[in-house]
Amino acid sequence: MNNNAPRKNRLDALWGFFTSVRLTVVVLLLLAATSVVGTLIPQNASPQAYIQAYGEFAYRLLHVFNIFDMYYSWWFRSLIAILAVNITVCTIHRWPSIWRIVASGKLRTASLEKRRPLTEFSDRHDPRELREGYRACIRRKFPRARLLQEGKGFRVVAERGRWTRLGVPAVHLSIVVILAGALIGSFFGFDGFVNIPEGGSVSQIRLRNSDATLPLGFEVRCDDFDVSFYKSGSPKEFRSSLVILENGRKVLEKDIIVNDPLRYRGINFFQSSYGPMPPKKITLTFTSRDSGRTVRHQVAMGRSVALPEGGGRFTVGEYRRDYRFRGVQVGAAVLGVLERPGQAPAEIALPLRFPTFDRMRKGDWILSVAGLEEAYYTGLQVTRDPGVPVVYAGFVLLILGCWVAFFMSHQKIVVDVRPSAHSSRVKIFGTANRNRLGFENKVRKLGAELSRLSPETQQGESK
Amino acid sequence: MNSSWILSVTTFIYGLAALLYLAAWVFHREGLNRPATWVVGLGVAGNTAGFALRWVESYRMGIGRIPLSNLYESLVFFSLMIAVIYLVVEHKYRQPTIGAFALPLATLSLAYASLAPNVSDRIQPLLPALKSNWLTVHVITCFIGYAAFAIAFGLGAMYLLKRDDNGTGTAALLSAIPPRRVLDELGHQMVLFGFLFLSAGILSGAVWANSAWGRYWGWDPKETWSLITWFVYATLLHARLMRGWRGKRIAVFSMVGFAAVMVTYFGVNYLPGLHSYGAG
Repeated sequence: MNNNAPRKNRLDALWGFFTSVRLTVVVLLLLAATSVVGTLIPQNASPQAYIQAYGEFAYRLLHVFNIFDMYYSWWFRSLIAILAVNITVCTIHRWPSIWRIVASGKLRTASLEKRRPLTEFSDRHDPRELREGYRACIRRKFPRARLLQEGKGFRVVAERGRWTRLGVPAVHLSIVVILAGALIGSFFGFDGFVNIPEGGSVSQIRLRNSDATLPLGFEVRCDDFDVSFYKSGSPKEFRSSLVILENGRKVLEKDIIVNDPLRYRGINFFQSSYGPMPPKKITLTFTSRDSGRTVRHQVAMGRSVALPEGGGRFTVGEYRRDYRFRGVQVGAAVLGVLERPGQAPAEIALPLRFPTFDRMRKGDWILSVAGLEEAYYTGLQVTRDPGVPVVYAGFVLLILGCWVAFFMSHQKIVVDVRPSAHSSRVKIFGTANRNRLGFENKVRKLGAELSRLSPETQQGESK
Repeated sequence: MNSSWILSVTTFIYGLAALLYLAAWVFHREGLNRPATWVVGLGVAGNTAGFALRWVESYRMGIGRIPLSNLYESLVFFSLMIAVIYLVVEHKYRQPTIGAFALPLATLSLAYASLAPNVSDRIQPLLPALKSNWLTVHVITCFIGYAAFAIAFGLGAMYLLKRDDNGTGTAALLSAIPPRRVLDELGHQMVLFGFLFLSAGILSGAVWANSAWGRYWGWDPKETWSLITWFVYATLLHARLMRGWRGKRIAVFSMVGFAAVMVTYFGVNYLPGLHSYGAG
């Protein structure tokens, strides 16, 4: 029994620790300060690059603290978790007092009159004559207004915006909701990529940051990929025509571009990159050195073709995007092996940009590549994140909450009207939980409006 | 006459307004404040016209997009927002001395856009990733936020000047600065306003990133710096509202926050990342 007390004390101490705003301030500043580090040190680069930049010792030291992937490190995550607990505990701690005010049926304004009035003036009319006009005017601005008779004078007690006290808890809740959504995403979602050649299809993808593959449960085919450019040479649009196949049946078809992904069964396909595929077929020309006669042949990669007039055979090898010939960059080229009767097989290169390149070899037949069917693959980012709707709900709540918490306030006023010699003395007291300067301006305007109210015209209007 | 020319001229109009406000303050010529306000109005008209004409020009070039997609265009919009928010503040609070601190910032922003050799004013077509309606929402909200923080920075500087009010030689100069309570409260209002729009800017950016790249947050340096800025101002708000910080400490805090804004805006261009569009 006795050891319950210290345990309770320790719990209280822990609770007290998490209710402190000093903790919030410290954690926010720590998050800000440590986040800077990750923007100065590139994240997720190769160990070699780090060792080159910082040296072996610094590399090991930084590595221990996960600085190279710091936003996903245990300590950065812990800071975020402490912030989340801090927010939650503070909100629970303050909730009863907030709710008491929001849900209370009473207008409590007693303490207001102890302060200095925000504005005061005299009116030549008797309080009784002013009463109805005042009440109507105040009620237009403060819907919850009550009139209290006090001897020969009266008071109008009014308030508005009680519910705006919910703005701050809403903002805090929104942060927790966003973090919860992020957690859902990290547990139940994935982030991967896949390259699909034009005309090809895939049914599994590769996960990012690991070598694992993930079966999709359906097939994705890329019918076509197009990239268009502006005159300046910068890219204009990347477009992939995708088809979703279930058991070989076409179920969905969509052209995706950047900013317009394909979504199917909770999985999103984003246009992310592209690249050339090695060509499947090339067109070769053989030009006779003597007669200038030209023969064209289409041949698949890896296959052989006979030179005209028994001149030998040429086997197409590989396609290189940037080929260096004796140290000189010659661009895209097709490599292959030429076999001529009575000679050793020779490897020759056929750069696409220089059709007469093969003349140098001084053979009977000059080979060149007249054309090739270049195909592309499309690179798709593939993600699934069931937390996104939760995160977005948090976003909406954050913005609405900030708006209410910052620009709306709970305002209370007391308009006190007492008789004095042949006139009335009017004092307005008031308070707001936020933006007092703006509120005081508003009260002074109300005072000016009330002082211009003339009971005669008021009554004239009502009759 | 093209948009770049109009915007260059507008730089000088803002500069003139800044000089008028400064002269009104330093030489106690309160009569100059009124013309200064009119000059700001003229500047806003020029700035808006330049913005609109650039939009029209992009259509004439067959590109057709709102001019909010590179450093030049963002600077133009930034200066417009500073001037507009300043006019609203002046209208509401009637403290034209603030103009002597706000208008130089609008002038600097537009001068940087118009005069700096590394800021290109060419109208470029949009890269694929930028073709989204979120671009407009993201850039507008961010820059309204930045502009509010800029004015809060000016108010913070005024507060620190005013604090040294010790009744000696500079007393007359400082007497024209609004009372500390007004500076403190108004600075706070600007921070609140900026914080709301910074939040909206970050969140709209996240939604956009999710539609373009399939993730709403990726710790890219600019994203991270916008979050750092958000942390700094969030700390300021908690220190003020919960721990009762006022006056000098808040003024300094608000100026530090604006330094974070500047790193988010300019500094990050020197770091690698996805936000390279804003760099040139």
